[in-house]
Amino acid sequence: MKYLDEYRDGAVVRALAQRIAQIVTRPWVLMEICGGQTHSILRYGLQELLPKEIELVHGPGCPVCVTPAGILDRAIDLALRPGFTLVTYGDMLRVPGSVMDLQSARARGADVRMVYSPLDAVRIARAHPDRTVVFLAVGFETTAPANAMAIYQAEREGLRNFALLASHVLVPPAIRALLSSPDCRVQGFIAPGHVCTITGCADYEQLVRDFHVPVVVGGFEPVDLVQAILTLVTLLEAGHAGLANEYTRSVTARGNPEAQRVVAEVFAVADQTWRGMGEICGSGLRIRERYAQYDASRFFDVALTEPPAPAVCISAQILQGLRKPTDCAAFGTACRPESPIGAPMVSTEGACSAYYRYRRAAAQTAVEAAR
Amino acid sequence: MCLAIPGQIVSIAEERGQRMAQVDFGGVTQPVSLHLTPQAAIGDYVLVHVGFAISRIDAEEAAHTWRTLQEMDLLANELPANVEGAQP
Repeated sequence: MKYLDEYRDGAVVRALAQRIAQIVTRPWVLMEICGGQTHSILRYGLQELLPKEIELVHGPGCPVCVTPAGILDRAIDLALRPGFTLVTYGDMLRVPGSVMDLQSARARGADVRMVYSPLDAVRIARAHPDRTVVFLAVGFETTAPANAMAIYQAEREGLRNFALLASHVLVPPAIRALLSSPDCRVQGFIAPGHVCTITGCADYEQLVRDFHVPVVVGGFEPVDLVQAILTLVTLLEAGHAGLANEYTRSVTARGNPEAQRVVAEVFAVADQTWRGMGEICGSGLRIRERYAQYDASRFFDVALTEPPAPAVCISAQILQGLRKPTDCAAFGTACRPESPIGAPMVSTEGACSAYYRYRRAAAQTAVEAAR
Repeated sequence: MCLAIPGQIVSIAEERGQRMAQVDFGGVTQPVSLHLTPQAAIGDYVLVHVGFAISRIDAEEAAHTWRTLQEMDLLANELPANVEGAQP
């Protein structure tokens, strides 16, 4: 496919990796934020192609993984109510709440349906006026405009049986929280290309200025990622904290103004709890008062609370790049993709899940070699 | 979750007040809303995320990226002949 295959060319990736090896003079710790990028790095074995000085650590950028268990508990509560249909993205079905996941709720008779697009959720509400259809809408800045469009479209059609259970997360406040931690090891960031497609680059320029850390906007294919790493290493070796865009075929400085307009119309910035990281100030989006009739939180009398995280799980450190999934005692044993304990094992884009899928054999070999 | 796939717009029609396109993803065609990319036209490549086009792929920028890689001598004898934008 055009704009896909050419960015997976192994010879180009190797040539870029060789160039990195030529210019690197000391160790650097780099973080990719987005789970889609983490997935590509593991899938294509990019870490293994890079010189040993470059350590890639994986950020908190999987919206499925960081959706708080309390939101899942609410979704399951609604799904089990008579007359309710709970609609969500396929990735959300196995995300554990504090007691069960949505798949288990479905086994108990709940009407839980999977959709590909927010417009499909609206279509289900239109087709079933006798049921209350709740769309569990999660996502980063990339997905927020599409989720906002569900409310926009429901209002335009006058649908009264549709509501959004929204749990959105924003990237720049999370990077700010990571960089403000005294334990932070990260020296340069690969910014998420599809988030920046929507938002533009201004927030990342501000991070560069505030923290004197280089940031390179990167795409998702192997050539995109290694090119972003080359630019990041070039900036670091030159001692220059700057912002660069290596995903120019999609990202502009200004972003997508129409998408920003739709998000601002429906949502306002709010504090948000991240599974594994806790509450981060101004890192989420709430539904504006004007659209309160479409806000599923109106079905609840009590405030949203977050149940305690399982003690065995080290996902808080993994999501901050302090430890690797293979450092966890539960990795691949008690915690597996089919029965996840921690946030990063939940979705295929979570770091633990990507390691389980692509690196388990290598990790086992290393453990055996160490014995 | 933030996956977005490139596809080419083959047709555009109005549907329930939304500008909807049929987008070709390497032989498979899917309906896609163009509400967030009002400037997109038939023949354009768009990046599609959860049923919405979120950007129009900038062909000039894509070609420029490949020229830059070439100027770095990275692509000498290594680019497949069919990659568009690889030629000067």
